[in-house]
Amino acid sequence: MEVLTHKSLAAQGHEFSEADRQLQLLRDVGLTPFQENLKNSNLFPFRPVDLDIFQINVGKMCNQVCKHCHVDAGPDRKEIMTRETMQQCLDAIDKTNCSTVDLTGGAPEMNPDFRWFVEQVSAKGKKIIVRCNLTIIVANKKYNDLPEFFRKHNIEVVSSLPYFSAGKTDAQRGDGVFERSIKALMMLNKAGYGMEGTGLTLNLVYNPSGAFLPPEQSALEADFKRRLKQRYNIEFNALFAITNLPISRYLEYLVASDNYADYMEKLVSAYNPVAAKNAMCRNTISIGWDGYVYDCDFNQMLDLKVSVKQENQHVADLDMNALQERVISVHQHCYGCTAGAGSSCGGTTV
Amino acid sequence: MKTYYDPEDLKKFGKISDFQPELGKKFFDYYGSVFEEGALTAREKSLIALAVAHAIQCPYCIDAYTVDTMEKGCDEEQLMEAVHVAGAIRGGASLVHGVQMMNKYKDLSM
Ligand code: SF4
Ligand code: SF4
Repeated sequence: MEVLTHKSLAAQGHEFSEADRQLQLLRDVGLTPFQENLKNSNLFPFRPVDLDIFQINVGKMCNQVCKHCHVDAGPDRKEIMTRETMQQCLDAIDKTNCSTVDLTGGAPEMNPDFRWFVEQVSAKGKKIIVRCNLTIIVANKKYNDLPEFFRKHNIEVVSSLPYFSAGKTDAQRGDGVFERSIKALMMLNKAGYGMEGTGLTLNLVYNPSGAFLPPEQSALEADFKRRLKQRYNIEFNALFAITNLPISRYLEYLVASDNYADYMEKLVSAYNPVAAKNAMCRNTISIGWDGYVYDCDFNQMLDLKVSVKQENQHVADLDMNALQERVISVHQHCYGCTAGAGSSCGGTTV
Repeated sequence: MKTYYDPEDLKKFGKISDFQPELGKKFFDYYGSVFEEGALTAREKSLIALAVAHAIQCPYCIDAYTVDTMEKGCDEEQLMEAVHVAGAIRGGASLVHGVQMMNKYKDLSM
């Protein structure tokens, strides 16, 4: 069944905009509990290693409404981080030894304090990643200089491009997205991104446009490189192949297209203990738009907050020691991170 | 509804070893090796398998190798081109026998 939606699940009042309803469905499917697999891999309780990546979701507002979006982002989402919370994040970063600050959304650039925030983080000498959806660069004149702004702060740009053709890309991300993404990639290349010798990193993200697992990352990267160079003279550094996690809009797609049970079975049977050991939540924390702390961006969307002594952790009073001692909240959606070669915000993990 | 083909049976393929473990194991080991990356890439092999699946019209194989080629990064155009390869070979195989027919026709004609 074709799933046509240009509104977020939240705006539709859809049942899957509720975290509880999603968790209930994930529980109900009756497959081996994720915890059990962790136990068999000697990884239970699931604990963090040293914190390396401080990921901040600066808001759910986005210029796109992709069908698979785990954030349920869109133009109708108004939840964005305030400058005050950003300042709390900056103070919290100082308490950690993290090497990298990873900014995501929605379209993080749509937050009016985005540039101010980047400047502050940049002054701390941390590596900055911005998860840029590409089309934002050409969405409005005021964003056209983003490649220059990124370059100025030596930001690593990570951008989704589900395929090197319009059909698959637009099916997932919306009509005309491919063409606009290509335009934006050309602008990034022009600013030096993805070009040899510039040191400016442009990484692309592939995720399947449907109910199947991603291909082997390096073979796909070679293909992307060849095709994008041949057809559009576009260059980039690395391709991350990411598995879609069964939450939010992707969950809605799976259920509506009658692929849910098979997809879950596929994820569970592809469980890989090495991928579990390398799951990104072990060296990352994730801050939500309202400042609450999560193990990862997925747990954030399922409202699985990090709590210490029954207190939900907020970035304003981050207790780093307690955070390092915590147990990571795992659920059936975690199978998306541990299938096959694994999946994280940086691609495969095995 | 009862039918000869049940999609659920595909998942039970491995069970053929229950009745003859030794040959079953040999077959699956061989099968695994065939599809490993070699002089041909795993993706090329998967596309060949998809074409052959259509030539032999095996619904299980068509299902399995549609998923497999998608999971190897192929798009719909590539999948359909593989099916056309099967179609072309099958059509060609019929038509090339037309030469045999022509030979016979000529033999029997004045
Ligand atoms: S996937 Fe990214 S670009 Fe698409 S709606 Fe979600 S946040 Fe926006
Ligand atoms: S969804 Fe993935 S990253 Fe998040 S807690 Fe589960 S395994 Fe860790």
